[in-house]
Amino acid sequence: MIRPDAPVLLEIRDLHASVAEQPILHGVNLTIRAGEIHAVMGRNGSGKSTLSKVLAGHPAYTVSAGSVLYRGEDLLALDPEQRARRGVFLGFQYPVEIPGVSNLEFLRVATNARRQERGEEELDTFAFEDLVRERLEVVKMDPAFLERSVNEGFSGGEKKRNEILQMALLEPLVAILDETDSGLDIDALRIVAGGVNQLASPENATLLITHYQRLLDVITPDYVHVMAAGRILRTGGKELALELEDRGYDWVDAELAALAPAPLEVG
Amino acid sequence: MSTAAVGDLVSQPYRYGFVTDIETEKIPKGLDEDVVRLISAKKEEPAFLLDFRLRAYRQWLQMQTPDWAALGFPAIDYQDIIYYAAPRQQSKKASLDEVDPKLLETFDKLGIPLSEQKRLSNVAVDAVFDSVSIATTYREKLAEHGVIFCSISEAVKEYPELIERYLGTVVPSNDNYFAALNSAVFSDGSFVFIPNGVECPMELSTYFRINSGDTGQFERTLIVAEEGASVSYLEGCTAPMFDTNQLHAAVVELVALDDASIKYSTVQNWYAGDENGVGGIFNFVTKRGHCRGDRSRISWTQVETGSAITWKYPSCVLQGADSVGEFYSVALTNHHQQADTGTKMIHVGPRSRSTIVSKGISAGQSSNSYRGLVQIGPKAVGARNFSQCDSMLIGDRAAANTYPYIRSQQPDAAVEHEASTCRISEDQLFYLQSRGIGFEEAVSMMVSGFCRDVFNQLPMEFAAEADKLLALKLEGSVG
Repeated sequence: MIRPDAPVLLEIRDLHASVAEQPILHGVNLTIRAGEIHAVMGRNGSGKSTLSKVLAGHPAYTVSAGSVLYRGEDLLALDPEQRARRGVFLGFQYPVEIPGVSNLEFLRVATNARRQERGEEELDTFAFEDLVRERLEVVKMDPAFLERSVNEGFSGGEKKRNEILQMALLEPLVAILDETDSGLDIDALRIVAGGVNQLASPENATLLITHYQRLLDVITPDYVHVMAAGRILRTGGKELALELEDRGYDWVDAELAALAPAPLEVG
Repeated sequence: MSTAAVGDLVSQPYRYGFVTDIETEKIPKGLDEDVVRLISAKKEEPAFLLDFRLRAYRQWLQMQTPDWAALGFPAIDYQDIIYYAAPRQQSKKASLDEVDPKLLETFDKLGIPLSEQKRLSNVAVDAVFDSVSIATTYREKLAEHGVIFCSISEAVKEYPELIERYLGTVVPSNDNYFAALNSAVFSDGSFVFIPNGVECPMELSTYFRINSGDTGQFERTLIVAEEGASVSYLEGCTAPMFDTNQLHAAVVELVALDDASIKYSTVQNWYAGDENGVGGIFNFVTKRGHCRGDRSRISWTQVETGSAITWKYPSCVLQGADSVGEFYSVALTNHHQQADTGTKMIHVGPRSRSTIVSKGISAGQSSNSYRGLVQIGPKAVGARNFSQCDSMLIGDRAAANTYPYIRSQQPDAAVEHEASTCRISEDQLFYLQSRGIGFEEAVSMMVSGFCRDVFNQLPMEFAAEADKLLALKLEGSVG
């Protein structure tokens, strides 16, 4: 939902970042307002996942230039946990398994950290169980998963549902979903996408990072951005995604070649 | 932060490192037969005990420091240690009101309130300060049930026949170098006797405090559960921070007769030395339980977080038919700490069963070894053992080792051993952080998850305590 007067939640300006001394992002610009759904598309290696990791504060990624404002605050100055508590959420492409840590306990501690930040009362185990059972509905998840260790032995689809369950509990203002559709069969995709749609509201925004059109068949974006070589090459409406589906990514290469000088020629 | 930084360890100040300024009676440094006689005389011991001590001392002189453990430490100068130090007070007090307030204050500060109104309502405490027990709470209430709970020094005077019958019957005085030393010079510890058929009505607990800088502590504890009796006992320990190493050489003996059950839990938090490995307690401990009777059960649970050196193998001799031995252990080492700890399960009786669950956590540049023996004797028909030894590494400079020894002379026995090693990964930490969980809380969540099987075995009051202690030990240690 595009409203020009909606407050800006995330403002990325000329963002440059690298991992293991390898520059990946070369000047990303992106503004996200409340109520909007954005999709960032691009080939493997275009920098999509790096963008999501940088926004969440992964320690392996270094920002060399540029700025990110989250509701007017310098996001890059915050620890990953502070970003999460303030309402930035990253749905992982490959959620890790954490043996020994109970999923229920993990969800409760995370939810309470976010609640505390918002000045809300912490939930005790009983109140939390009520809440989590209600939110399980969003992703139609079996309560048995609460009793297991975090993601341990979960199938790909179960891990993704657990991600969206976390999103439903944390109620982020900016949700970045990194390749949430990867590894999902069509039924799981519908459930996960249904959850994302259900959670979208005029107050929050969603940034979908994806390879394929098929996620955008079930979640309709307001904006589609095409990423290549570490920056956003084109921005359009949902029809841009269809165009990509039609024409493939070759034209992106052509457009990229026309840009000079290419960063790879330096040094 | 990079993976290297994950292992970059910073010290959390040790909270129990203070020294109580109290007038102390000490004997001169050094060890010879006269010192052994002097200790015995100070404790006004009967002749049989002096003989026990002298025999042990002579055996000790013939023995060598064991060198098979994966530990490195300088030679200990046994002539540079004080073998007896006691706060100057006339004798053991009948009432707590007469105990030096400074001592009560010390235990208050350690979180062990001894004064009547503040006592833990369901835990009786024996408080040992350097070489002597200063107070034992709830003695009278326990006596109503026929339970004896007092310091071993008092037991020697009041119940000499029980001491003579049981002392040294589980750990013989020549069992090993440190047990021999302890048998010669042991100072104080607790004595517990649960008579026939009695279930001890409350948790028993001994708190050991080392205060003097140049003193060794030689704790001696004996617990006897008669037929059908049961007891749960917990020991805790702390010491001030000194930049010299101090020796703690303890012997603990447990005896369980037919159908008796003893649960012995330890939360060991001796001073571990500083982040450069200077100072700290050398902890050489012999703990052994004897399941003497049929269907008897002895369970060891230990949470080892302190000491510069830990050398400790709480064991069970499963002599009775259908007897059960258990060992649940969490050993955490940080900075330059070294631990070589584990258990021995000696299966003698038919259908005896044992379970070993060991969780080692190594951080900093520490070294943490599990060493365990499962031995099945020729008569232990149908004996079973299950062992699980897991190690967790934090950072990339710590070491974890597992040395399981299995000897079976009984083709019918079933022995299972499982082992695993894991490392807390940066991606796991980031995942928890990206959900709003702080870095240190994330580490402590993973560590307590790793230790859960053991913490579940601790008495409820202490499980939360142990969890907190571990979190505290690791606070600032990662990141």
